Amino acid sequence: MIDIAAIQMIWLRDLIRFTRDRAQILGAIARPVLWLLIMGFGLGSSFGRVGETSYLEFIFPGIIALNLIFASFLSAISIIWDREFGFLKEILVAPIPRFSIAVGKAASGSTVSLLHGLVVMLFIPLIHVQLTLGQILLALPLMYLMAFVSTSLGILIACRMTSFEGFGTIANFVIMPLFLLSGAVFPLDNAPVWLKIISRLNPFTYGVDLLRGVFSGVMHYSVALDLSVLFFCAAGFLGLAVMAFEKMD
Amino acid sequence: MPIIEVEHLIKRYSGTVSGSAGFTAVDDLSFSVEPGELFGFLGPNGAGKTTTISVLCTLLAPTGGSAQVAGFDCVRESRQVREQIGIIFQDPSLDERLTAWENLRFHAMIYHIPPRERRTRIESVLEMVDLADRRNSIVKKFSGGMKRRLEIARGLLHRPKVLFLDEPTIGLDPQTRRKMWEFVHSLRSNHQITLFLTTHYMEEAEACDRVLIIDHGKLVALGAPQELKARYSSPEATLEDIFIQLTGHEIREEPAGSRDVTRTLRRWSRNLR
Ligand SMILES: Nc1ncnc2c1ncn2[C@@H]1O[C@H](COP(=O)(O)OP(=O)(O)OP(=O)(O)O)[C@@H](O)[C@H]1O
Ligand SMILES: [Mg+2]
Repeated sequence: MIDIAAIQMIWLRDLIRFTRDRAQILGAIARPVLWLLIMGFGLGSSFGRVGETSYLEFIFPGIIALNLIFASFLSAISIIWDREFGFLKEILVAPIPRFSIAVGKAASGSTVSLLHGLVVMLFIPLIHVQLTLGQILLALPLMYLMAFVSTSLGILIACRMTSFEGFGTIANFVIMPLFLLSGAVFPLDNAPVWLKIISRLNPFTYGVDLLRGVFSGVMHYSVALDLSVLFFCAAGFLGLAVMAFEKMD
Repeated sequence: MPIIEVEHLIKRYSGTVSGSAGFTAVDDLSFSVEPGELFGFLGPNGAGKTTTISVLCTLLAPTGGSAQVAGFDCVRESRQVREQIGIIFQDPSLDERLTAWENLRFHAMIYHIPPRERRTRIESVLEMVDLADRRNSIVKKFSGGMKRRLEIARGLLHRPKVLFLDEPTIGLDPQTRRKMWEFVHSLRSNHQITLFLTTHYMEEAEACDRVLIIDHGKLVALGAPQELKARYSSPEATLEDIFIQLTGHEIREEPAGSRDVTRTLRRWSRNLR
């Protein structure tokens, strides 16, 4: 079932492509700059503080989540790319199980996505968020887990899409709601009930909660709940993605 | 026992535009190929050659009938079939953002070529297509013919039991074409390999052990080139005469080029970033 060579190949390929893609690297830097500047300084000046933390400190984990989710989807969507350019045929005709292809893709997408998340860390000195090395190291596996959840979800969607045109729709109707309704940009304490329900169904709510817990110690849910939701979603989405992959021709 | 066995194969593409009823690309096709054979699969544009190959390579599920490669069923035992085959696709299938070497190395990885052998094998196929000095160039910067050469090198890298060559020599200069055939023939004499070839070059078809002519998804003729000439014309006739005699004179619609699609996509991708 698990074909190490295949997983290795897919992982290496995506990493090589990432390092050669200047547009992608630029996007990884531009996105947090924009959000930190506009939201952090703009909205923050009228928002003041959220509970005991400054607004910048509040949205910092959210910006990491944004980069993670965005990069994961972009990475998963490259499946459509590969189909249009013909390279997918080369992979599908090879003697490697589809399961390994999907796992490899999830692993590579998550790794690239983690790198996008790390880029946000570079802004720590600029925004006066005090973090220790220990906190950052603790955040890494959690970020990878979040990335894995969204990459698997992205693969699941990509397998069912036939053209790249759909990506705009995905960005507007999947990525943005997932991001905005995860408690990443504003606290959902005073939100209407239906919004609260949606945010409770959003796996990234729990990811953002965990990151916020690591960075500032403020949490909404228990660590156990956060982790179980994320692990459950990672396994579930990956399973569905594998199934979608097997059906694709 | 035949190495490829196709029985009453049917492939119907579901209609997509304006409620069309679907299109039957392969229509009740039966034939078999013996181990070690160089088998020519000929037919006008749109005859159903690539569709048949896609079914044999497990990339398309047939609508009806059955197909077996090396004793394995192409639908139920797709995994085992994939272990036996190699293919040079008609349409581009390289990763153009990688270098020539990376494309070959990744192919070697997913075909489980032992790491010790990878380097020498990659070197020898690169040598064959004269790309050894361009190994570290990004494929996007290659000319069309160079890309084609790289695809041929990749298809020959893992020495499959059955190799499908879907118009392998389109866009190649005569030098490369000759070199490729020399390599293929040396492969044939050193390893037991079956070649399933589609081509529009009749001199390549003449070299085949047997050829099958397909038109509108149906078998029109099957036999050794000499046999076909004797059966349908005179021994002095060329295979091209026979081909035109059997499939008619009118020109077939070329299916919309996939390269146009590619170009459109590239434009979108630039706009999106
Ligand atoms: N994905 C598809 N959907 C619908 N029709 C298709 C599809 N692919 C091929 N066809 C149609 O099936 C027929 C056979 O196509 P195929 O590609 O097998 O021809 P071919 O013999 O390989 O031709 P060529 O010599 O031009 O490569 C054509 O009429 C083509 O328009
Ligand atoms: Mg064809």
